[in-house]
Amino acid sequence: MSELVRRYGLGLSGVFVALTAFWLLMLVILPDLYLFENSFRPYLPVVETGGPKDFYSLNNYLNFHSDLGWQNLTLFPGLPQISMYASIHEVVFLETIVFSSLVTILCFAITYPIAYFLAKVANPRSVGTLFLVLLIPLWVSEILRCFALFIILSLKGPLNMSLIGLGIIQDPIHWISDFNSVIIGLVYVYILFMLFPIYNAIQSLDSNQIEAARDLGAPWWRTHWRVIMPHSKPGIASGCVMVFMLSAGSLFVPSVLGSTHSRWFTEVIQQWMFENQDWNTGAAYAFLLLLLCIIFVSLMMSVFRVSLTDIAK
Amino acid sequence: MSAAVELAGVSADFGKFRAVDRVNVTIEPGEFFSFLGPSGCGKTTILRMISGFVDPSEGAIRIGGQDMKGIRPNKRPTALIFQNLALFPLMPVWENISFGLEVRGVDAAKRRAKAEELLQLVDLPGVADRRIAQLSGGQKQRVAIARALAVEPKVMLLDEPLSALDLKLRQHMRAELRAIQKRTNVTFIYITHDQGEALAMSDRVAVMSQGKLQQVAKPQDIYNNPANGFVAAFVGENNVFAGELGQVSDGIGEFKTGSGTFRAKVGAGVSAGTINKLYVRPEYSTLGPEPKSGANSIQVEVADVAFEGNFINITVRNGDGRNLTVETRNDGIVAIPPAGSRLNFMFDPAKALILADASAHQAGARA
Repeated sequence: MSELVRRYGLGLSGVFVALTAFWLLMLVILPDLYLFENSFRPYLPVVETGGPKDFYSLNNYLNFHSDLGWQNLTLFPGLPQISMYASIHEVVFLETIVFSSLVTILCFAITYPIAYFLAKVANPRSVGTLFLVLLIPLWVSEILRCFALFIILSLKGPLNMSLIGLGIIQDPIHWISDFNSVIIGLVYVYILFMLFPIYNAIQSLDSNQIEAARDLGAPWWRTHWRVIMPHSKPGIASGCVMVFMLSAGSLFVPSVLGSTHSRWFTEVIQQWMFENQDWNTGAAYAFLLLLLCIIFVSLMMSVFRVSLTDIAK
Repeated sequence: MSAAVELAGVSADFGKFRAVDRVNVTIEPGEFFSFLGPSGCGKTTILRMISGFVDPSEGAIRIGGQDMKGIRPNKRPTALIFQNLALFPLMPVWENISFGLEVRGVDAAKRRAKAEELLQLVDLPGVADRRIAQLSGGQKQRVAIARALAVEPKVMLLDEPLSALDLKLRQHMRAELRAIQKRTNVTFIYITHDQGEALAMSDRVAVMSQGKLQQVAKPQDIYNNPANGFVAAFVGENNVFAGELGQVSDGIGEFKTGSGTFRAKVGAGVSAGTINKLYVRPEYSTLGPEPKSGANSIQVEVADVAFEGNFINITVRNGDGRNLTVETRNDGIVAIPPAGSRLNFMFDPAKALILADASAHQAGARA
């Protein structure tokens, strides 16, 4: 703080601090507090707010666990049908978690080799160009990219036409079915959030360690398993957390690329808020999503023995 | 177990740059062999070629008689100790040491036992469960040696592993490395730019410059009978005189310099036509009030005296302002001449060498 004042003077420092405080307080903390408070109050017509029916309760949250029945899970075609006794919203939430995890795993599987290549194999002079090529798609907005992907994946779209033209498939594939297109879309949109932390982590590894492992007789896979992956674990973890949270919280990708069978938990929240005009229940669901995702991520972190301080690095 | 390493006409090119130029040398089984040279002379490239991380552009590398062409680093009977040691910081000491055995599918109990045994060998018992970060520099050194020995290599390759240590520890580790080499009888190939290290530890030393071998010989021969000006100048200190070779008789030649005409031994490959220099070591140079008969002598003035403890370094200046150095052993009674005193700088013709000039030699070597 004194460093800031010495460098920019009292006036300018005051402006910086005030703007930051305004952003934090007015745009982050207060709206969240407002929603949090509302999530405990019932949805009432305007005239009844503040009246005798307006009291705090957990009813909005309990909504999540109401109307129980046997529900079918939409997981993967070919797998035996799984049913569970739960509410529809719980099933949607479970599907969101499962497919966000799948997106995370796919992103990791695709980016780890690329990150390793960029960090340790590619000529350092061409890495800049390669990054530019990877980054340019990010300049286009997520909305535009989703619609583009929607066109590419459509039944008579360029992807199917190319595959048929190349003789790889005979009949067009229904890409936009079940969760397929949502998964493809989420991987495409969030993959760079996985690439950069892993790239940074691998790059910080002393190349001599890789050579030392090889010199001691390790084949490539063991070098990765015992030396490179343990070193880049914090980067892998932060990439996974980021991609998982962004996927689970994504609204646009599932609503543009969703099929009739794909349901995403954010879409439920959106329905509560904008179709039912019930901001109270919508807020309760939003906080539930946040809470359950944090619990899930913490659980995963303890399974893989990653601590928060690792990720902060 | 140890094996001979044979480099037959080995070169390494990086683009247009030739890092190693037609090196021929055979390293005997169980030998402690050093490559000594300034940074950029190609010695590290030689090590990386033997370990398999760099492919030679021409020539062959044979270990124990077997051509190593196409054999990957993880399949070679060599173990490399890196300059920065490259220990695995996320594994405890014993897993570091037994990593090579883990790769070979040895079960954990046996690996653990082997790690303990090797820790005994390198004189570092009881640290098996420590983390690498908890070790001191010298201890890390020993763990790196143990890790390399664990795979029972036929050839150990060491890339200046002592350079990060402080002087005392470095000297101690020299003796230690030498002892471990004798105990295990593995062929050691050691890379260094530190002449003291190379001379003190090695059975033989190869002096390198600009990718070429300059001389391969026992340490005492490298120091006493350098093959050319580069070796003389790189290994040890010298007083150097430029001049022209005149009459030669019985291996002693007349050498005309700006400071007078001296007599000195004529080195191999030196003729009147080449650019030559006269090299005389400071410890073979003496100072005295009167010129001794038979010795070369120049009138000088004492410029500076550095008392180093076990020896005394005296800098003197001759008539045309050139500095010369005289090194005298301190026996406790030797008189230290005060600065400004006028004396004679003398050296024995049998202990001075006329050699082809280092730079001229380089030019000749490249042509």
